[in-house]
Amino acid sequence: MAFPERARVQEIFRGMWITFKSMFEKPVTIQYPEVKRAVPARFRGRHVLNRYENGLEKCIGCALCAAACPSDAIFVEASENTDDVRFAPGERYASTYEINMLRCIYCGFCEDSCPTEAITLEDNYELSFSSRADAIYTKERLLVPVPENGKPTPQEVESGIFTRSVPVMADPTD
Amino acid sequence: MEPALIIEWVIKSAILLLFGVMGFAYLTYYERRALARIQVRIGPNRAGPFGLLQPVADGIKLIFNEELIPAQADKKMFVLAPIITVLPALIIWAVIPWGRQVIIAGREINLYLSNANVGVLYLTAVASIAVYGIVIAGWSSNNKYALLGGLRSTAQMVSYELALGLSFVGPIILAGSMSLVDIVEAQRNVWFAIPQFVAFIIFLIAGLAEINRSPFDMPEAEQEIVAGYHAEYSGMKFALFFMAEYIKMIAIAAIGATLFLGGYRLPFIDIPSFLEPMVLFIKILILLFGIIWVRATLPRFRYDRLMAFGWKILLPLSLVNVFVTAVILVFKG
Repeated sequence: MAFPERARVQEIFRGMWITFKSMFEKPVTIQYPEVKRAVPARFRGRHVLNRYENGLEKCIGCALCAAACPSDAIFVEASENTDDVRFAPGERYASTYEINMLRCIYCGFCEDSCPTEAITLEDNYELSFSSRADAIYTKERLLVPVPENGKPTPQEVESGIFTRSVPVMADPTD
Repeated sequence: MEPALIIEWVIKSAILLLFGVMGFAYLTYYERRALARIQVRIGPNRAGPFGLLQPVADGIKLIFNEELIPAQADKKMFVLAPIITVLPALIIWAVIPWGRQVIIAGREINLYLSNANVGVLYLTAVASIAVYGIVIAGWSSNNKYALLGGLRSTAQMVSYELALGLSFVGPIILAGSMSLVDIVEAQRNVWFAIPQFVAFIIFLIAGLAEINRSPFDMPEAEQEIVAGYHAEYSGMKFALFFMAEYIKMIAIAAIGATLFLGGYRLPFIDIPSFLEPMVLFIKILILLFGIIWVRATLPRFRYDRLMAFGWKILLPLSLVNVFVTAVILVFKG
C-alpha cells in the first residue's frame, strides 16, 4: 500500500507547521461597517448630480444619459429655465431626474455621454432598499449639497448671464 | 444507601451534563475562532463581547428552525436517532475522573461520578453505541446520501474502534487496572504518553476517526454526500447531532488526557485537589486545539485508503504494541 510513506508523513508535519505559523499573522479581515476599504480611483458607485460653484445644477435635461443607458434605468424630463426661476444655465433643466438602481448596471455610459459632466459615478456602494419604490433615486436624492458660496436652486439671476447650456471649454486637453 | 449520597450523585451528574452542553456550545465558538486564526481571519466577534454570545445566537436560531420530517421517512426512528446519538456522548462522562476528593461541609466528595473497575471497558462500550444513532439516522431519512453517510460511518467506526480499543490496552497493562482513577494515579511520575508513545499516536488517529472528525469525516463529506447522515435533519434534531459530535470531541480529549497525559495530575507534584479539574480542563483544551488544528490542515482521506489504513496498518501496529508492552512488562517483572 502506498500510504503512509515516510515522505507523506513528513508532509503532514510540514503542513501542520505552516498552519501553526499562520496563526500569528495579522488577520486580513476588514471589520466592514466600522472599517471601510478605500475604493479605487475609477470606482463606479452610486451616481450623483453635480452643481456649479454658484449652486446652479450642471444638468441641462438633455437626456443623453437616458439615451446612452443600456438598461434604460434613467428617466429625464426637462423644463424651461427663466431668469427668475433658474435651475441650470442655458435654456432647460431637468425637472424630473430618476435612476432606477435595480436596473442600473453601473457601466458609466451616462457619465461618458454627459456634455456638462453633470452626472458622475462616485464612491458610494452601500445601496440597499426595503422596497422597489426606494430603489428609484429621484433628483433630490442624487443632487449634491449646495456648495459653500453658492445659492440653492431655483435662483433669481440677472438676465443675459447664463445663456450657454454647455460651459466654454477653456483648455480642451482638460 | 444513604439519601445524601444520591443527592451528591445527582448534583455531580447535573454538573457533568451542564459541562457537556455548555462545552458543546463553546467548543463550536472555540473551533470557529481557532480555525479563523489559522486561516488569517478573525472569526465570530459580533454577538456580545468577543462574540461570546455567538453560541447563544446559534442556539436560538436552531430552536426556531422548522422541524422537518421527510414524508417517506420512518418517523419513529427518525426522531429516535438523534437521541441515541447524543446519549452515549453524555453518559461516557460518568467514568472520567476530574479530581480526587474534596471536603465540602465536612463531607468527603469524590470528584468523579463512578470509579468503575471496568472503566476503560465502559468507555469503549459506550462510545460504540453512538454508531447506531448515526446508522439509524441515515437509514430512516430515506435519502440515498444519508444512507451512504450512515453506512460509511458504520464501516469507519467498526474498523477504527478495534485500534482505539487496543490502544487503551497499553495504559491498562502499565497501570494494572481498568479503573480510570487507578490509571491516572499510576501516571504520578511519568505520563503514559511517553512509554506508550505508539499507543498514544494510534489513539490520536483512531480517536479522530471514531468521532468522525476531519481528516476522517467521511460520513459527512459535504462534497460527496451532501451532509451525510444528517442531511434531512433540521432544527433541534440537527443540533442534537451536532451536540453529540462536539461532546464526543470533548470526551475523546478527556479520555486521551486521562489515559495518556496524566489526567487531573501534574507530574511529580501534588496540587490541592480542588485545582485538579482545572488541570484536566487545560489538558482537554490543548487536545481540542490539536483536533481543530488537524482539521485546519489536512484534507479528507479517500475512503478506500481510510479502510486500508485502519485494517492494514493501525490494527497490526496496535496489536504489536500490546504484545511488545506485555512482553517487556513480563521480563521486567
